[in-house]
Order: sequence, then C-alpha cells, then structure tokens
Amino acid sequence: MVKAFVAKSLDDCLNILNQENVKIVAGGTDMLIQNRTHSGIAIGFKTDVLYVSLVDELKHITEDKSNIYIGATCSLEQILENNLVPKILRDSILEMASPAIRHTATLAGNIGNASPAGDSLVCLYLLDAKLEIKSINSTRYQLLKDFILGVRKIDLAKNEMITKIIIPKINFDLVYFRKVGPRLSDAISKLSFAGALRMENNLVKDIRFAFGAVNIFVVRRREIEEKLIGIDKKTIKDMSDEIIGYYSEFIKPIDDQRSNKLYRKEVCSNLIKEFLEKI
Amino acid sequence: MAKIKFTLNNEVVEIDKDLNMRLLDVLRNDFNLTGPKEGCGEGECGACAVLLNHEIVNSCCTPLANVMDKEIITIEGFSITERYRIIKEAFAKTGGVQCGFCTPGMIIATESLLNKNPHPNDFEIKIGLSGNLCRCTGYNLIIEAVKEAAKAGEGLW
Ligand SMILES: Cc1cc2nc3c(=O)[nH]c(=O)nc-3n(C[C@H](O)[C@H](O)[C@H](O)COP(=O)(O)OP(=O)(O)OC[C@H]3O[C@@H](n4cnc5c(N)ncnc54)[C@H](O)[C@@H]3O)c2cc1C
Ligand code: FES
Ligand code: FES
Repeated sequence: MVKAFVAKSLDDCLNILNQENVKIVAGGTDMLIQNRTHSGIAIGFKTDVLYVSLVDELKHITEDKSNIYIGATCSLEQILENNLVPKILRDSILEMASPAIRHTATLAGNIGNASPAGDSLVCLYLLDAKLEIKSINSTRYQLLKDFILGVRKIDLAKNEMITKIIIPKINFDLVYFRKVGPRLSDAISKLSFAGALRMENNLVKDIRFAFGAVNIFVVRRREIEEKLIGIDKKTIKDMSDEIIGYYSEFIKPIDDQRSNKLYRKEVCSNLIKEFLEKI
Repeated sequence: MAKIKFTLNNEVVEIDKDLNMRLLDVLRNDFNLTGPKEGCGEGECGACAVLLNHEIVNSCCTPLANVMDKEIITIEGFSITERYRIIKEAFAKTGGVQCGFCTPGMIIATESLLNKNPHPNDFEIKIGLSGNLCRCTGYNLIIEAVKEAAKAGEGLW
C-alpha cells in the first residue's frame, strides 16, 4: 500500500522529503485526477506521497520593497482575493477552473505540474517570477523559466520543495491577459497571451509578451522585447505585423483535440494586435 | 491506515482510514452521507461539492488527508439551517430544480457564494456557479434562484 505522510510544518516537510521517497501533494487537483482509478478505493498514486496543504506557515502573502512573496500552500482563491498580487496574475487565476477547485488548488501546484497549458505560467513568465526552493540543508532561488525544463519536467531534487513564489514589483502602464478557451470556467486553454508595457517620456521602456500552449514552453523572448525598447508610442502601435513576424518561429502550436495549429497561430497574431491597439 | 479527526456536520469525528482515500468515498461509504454525488469524478461538475471551512470544494478531488482538523459540511448538515430553508425555497419557487442530481452541489455553491458576497451581481453569480453543471434547467432558473435567495434571505448572510 502506498504510504501517506502528512506534514504540519515546513520542518516536517523537509525532514520527510529528506528521508522518504515521496511525491508532494498540495491541493491534489492535478495529482488526484492524474492518478484516478475507481470509486471507493484509494487514489492510485505510484509512490508514497507527502501532503503539504496543512502547512500554515506557507499560507501567507507578504511584500517588501521589491517583491511580493506567495507561500506555496496559498490557495488560488486566496491569491485571487489579495490586492498585493499583481492584477494580471489575478486576472489569469480568475480564469482557472472554478471556485471549488481554486479553494484547494495552489499556484505551486500549477508550477509543479509544468503543463504547457498551465494558465498561471504565462503571467508568471511575463513578470519574471522566481521561486524559493528549500531542502533540509539549503535554500536556493531560481527563475521560473529556468525551473521548468519541459512538459511535466522541473528542476527539483527529490528532497526539495517550492516554498515561495516571488514576484518582482513593477509598475506597468498597461497589462493585458487573454485566455482563449471554449468557456470562461473549467476549460483548458487553447492558448493564452499576456502582454505588459511601461513607457517613459512617450518611449517604450519595457515591453513584454508571453504566450501559453503554443509550444512546449511558455514563449517569452527577451531579445525580441529588447529590439522594441526606445520606440515611440505611435510607431509601436503600427508594428504589429513586424512583431508577429519576430515571434512566428517560436509559435509552434500542435494540433490536438482542443484546437489546431492554424487557428492557434492566427489567434496569437490577433492578440498581439489587440494588445498593441490598447497602447 | 491512520487515525484522522475532523468536524463533520458540526460533530467531531475520528476514523481509522487510508488517508489516500477521496473525501467523496469516505463521506458516502463510511458516513452514509449520499447528498454529495459522483458525477464526473474529475472536478468538472460539482455534484460532489461540500463546504470545507465554509468554502465550496469538490470532494472527488480532495484527499482525506487534506481535511485533517478541518470542518466539513455536506448538504445533510447544511439542511438544518435557516439559510438552507431560504435557498431551498428559492430554488423551488424559480424552478431551479428538475431532476435534482446537481441540486445539492448547486445549493452548496450558492451558500459558499452568498457567505462571501451576500449581494452578488449576475457575473458574480455565474462565476460562483461556474463549477457546477446542470443537464436540465439551462442555468437561467438557477441564477434566478440565487438572486431570489439573496433577496429573501437579506441579513442572513
Ligand atoms: C476541473 C479542473 C479544472 C482545472 N482548470 C485549470 C485551468 O483552468 N488552468 C490550469 O492551469 N489548471 C487547471 N487545472 C489543473 C490544476 O487545478 C492546477 O494545475 C492547480 O494549480 C494544481 O494545484 P494543486 O495544489 O492542486 O496541485 P497538486 O495536484 O497537489 O500538485 C501538482 C503538482 O505539483 C507538485 N507540487 C505541488 N506543490 C509543490 C511544492 N510546494 N513544491 C514542489 N512541487 C509541488 C506536485 O508534486 C504535483 O506534481 C484544473 C484541474 C481540474 C481538476
Ligand atoms: S464528481 Fe466531483 S466534480 Fe464531478
Ligand atoms: S436539475 Fe437535473 S442536473 Fe440540474
């Protein structure tokens, strides 16, 4: 029988992770569905599991001068309701699942699941989110984009866990998020797009684009964004065709039951246009 | 197997159980609470909804381990309250119930919503009910029911 360990504190988590071969379960909204078997019997986990959702010390959202810190066991609904959290991230969470799922699901779980359709990831990439990762004898910090290694692949050692999600504070003049799916709630993205802009003296100071579900990673290309710095407002608004061109080699959607390639590419272009029109 | 204690419908209960069970199965099979139902079994339909610390969750994607020391209320436990009476009457009055399979979940969703937001607008009601599927009513009547409950129960939430 698969064993269940239940942690009540961060120390419990780190000790158990160090001694046992366990897979972490937070809200369990991915883990239970992925390991679903039959009604009336235990969930079909492949290995022993460590339940972390009762760890209250990771249920806080705090800030300092430069960052917002979201504890790993905060529920999505708790994040959605907290005004410290950047609006664009809350916008993306509002479109995830339903209240019932959001009351238990976590942001750390969405990251740990590392699905290219993970809806929070697009905004987290856009915001240059970092993770605090702890093991019994170390604490390290890693950019989310380096933590995600591929579809369902993450850079996490057996004895480590995500303890915080760290979001740098930046005042953008414009943020924009769109998830394209069959309905608002309880729908997996066909694709999603996030954009952000900061102007200074009418010139682009910082511009960012991120695309979800169009490649095995969230697509965010700094070299393209950097090309656009210093351009004036009027010019950038008219550059949509050029910008779409820059991204075309990175937007490599797949055909699947949710949508096809052509549709996804076309919608990406439209969303870039829509974002630029808002400037 | 491990002993786990939690509050179920206002009573502290303790059970010796595999903590990797789904809360839904434990409620139905060990506590004989059949109000929460298995519709989809994957978090999409809300037929299995219960209140966890007074917020709606799907018991089909909640492991038993996660309710340790928490408070669970099922439709059976909720049905003794005045709030329930108001919501039930609102559903009956507006025609928000037909076959009734989704109804326990819809009522739990309504309570979870009104508890946080006693005067929801249409959009907020739709978001509040967005995890609950109904094959019969076409939703409009249920949205009306929530509005009616909020009005009739003014001051209760
Ligand atoms: C009906 C339904 C609708 C959904 N809709 C959406 C949606 O619209 N958009 C979307 O993106 N997702 C959606 N999901 C997927 C899921 O709800 C999210 O990915 C959620 O954020 C997962 O969080 P969790 O806490 O439940 O994760 P869990 O299932 O507990 O864990 C998921 C993964 O993360 C790992 N993990 C969890 N916590 C940590 C930690 N602290 N450190 C390291 N690893 C950790 C686990 O080991 C596991 O691999 C949906 C799921 C369901 C059932
Ligand atoms: S049975 Fe739980 S949501 Fe459908
Ligand atoms: S009344 Fe039949 S499913 Fe809703």
